Amino acid sequence: MEQASTPSPTLLGLKRALPIVLGYLPVGFAFGVLAVKNGIPPTVALAMSILMFSGSGQLIFAGMWGAQASSLSIIAAVAIVNLRYLLQSAAETPWLVGLPRLQRFLLGLGLTDETFAVHVTALQKGWPRNLTTLFVCNHVAQLGWVGGTVLGAFCGELVHDVRPLGLDYALPVMFLALLVLQCLSRLHVLVALFTLALAVGLKYLGMTQWNIALATIIGASLGAMLVTREKRYD
Amino acid sequence: MTEIASSQNLLMYLCLAGCVAVTVLPKILPVTFLHGDSLPPLFRRWLDFVPVAVMAALVGSEVFFYEGQFNLGVSNLFLMVSLPTVLLAWKSQNYFLTIAVGLVLVILARAVGLY
Repeated sequence: MEQASTPSPTLLGLKRALPIVLGYLPVGFAFGVLAVKNGIPPTVALAMSILMFSGSGQLIFAGMWGAQASSLSIIAAVAIVNLRYLLQSAAETPWLVGLPRLQRFLLGLGLTDETFAVHVTALQKGWPRNLTTLFVCNHVAQLGWVGGTVLGAFCGELVHDVRPLGLDYALPVMFLALLVLQCLSRLHVLVALFTLALAVGLKYLGMTQWNIALATIIGASLGAMLVTREKRYD
Repeated sequence: MTEIASSQNLLMYLCLAGCVAVTVLPKILPVTFLHGDSLPPLFRRWLDFVPVAVMAALVGSEVFFYEGQFNLGVSNLFLMVSLPTVLLAWKSQNYFLTIAVGLVLVILARAVGLY
């Protein structure tokens, strides 16, 4: 993912965080605006971005709070959409063997779809595991998320539309690029196409909170099943 | 009136605490307590496919739904831009180039008024 000449670990972390920040600023901004519109004070919106650091969960909170849903149903919806973190957190463990528990805990706090995706892709491509790179990337990404939230929550009227800057496509195109880099074998391509279609189909049928986690579980199971069968015939 | 407001605030803080818990726990529990080097082989194989599966699920949910609507047509800007962008990513295997070209295509399409 990064260039071959060995830049410093800090620089690598910044480089890895750059596309994430490009995406987090406008989405964080949108969250800040939406939170205040739905009756959440700016300081609470800020606390959410610091403590939760989860775009989908925070947007669900803001939307449901504005719709006067019960607290329990909000917490349940956030828990369901966050199921994918369990999978991602578990999938990181083979790459973090040998690290002290506290370091792994701190890396877990910085886990998002985006940081997970860039770190695991880099590790799979053979980039050395460097704690400075990992932490710089996670913290700079969260700084972008918190910064966007502050702008949206405290001065949401400043920016009218981020669409001309194309920034609403920043996170989708980042996932797209990472997904292609993930396709290491024909089996991976097959799993990717299958899971993509499944997630789209489930969302189309109205499953907007479970779809990512459910499609991932079924897609990864298909991959594990096929690779196990391949090994048996070797 | 202030009593209603303060109980509403208390409810918000409780809701926030609950949401923080159900967000942070799934992030930290597996990575803190699983031993990555002694996982059962089948589970390990399954985990190997989680990154590609979760990214595919996320891409699908973002690219095939434009402005909140399922859209397979040319009016879905993200889908139209993603087609050449995937090809570029595949051919170049270059992460930053892919993102830059994708963003520029979206900016151009909107600047010339196509979308």
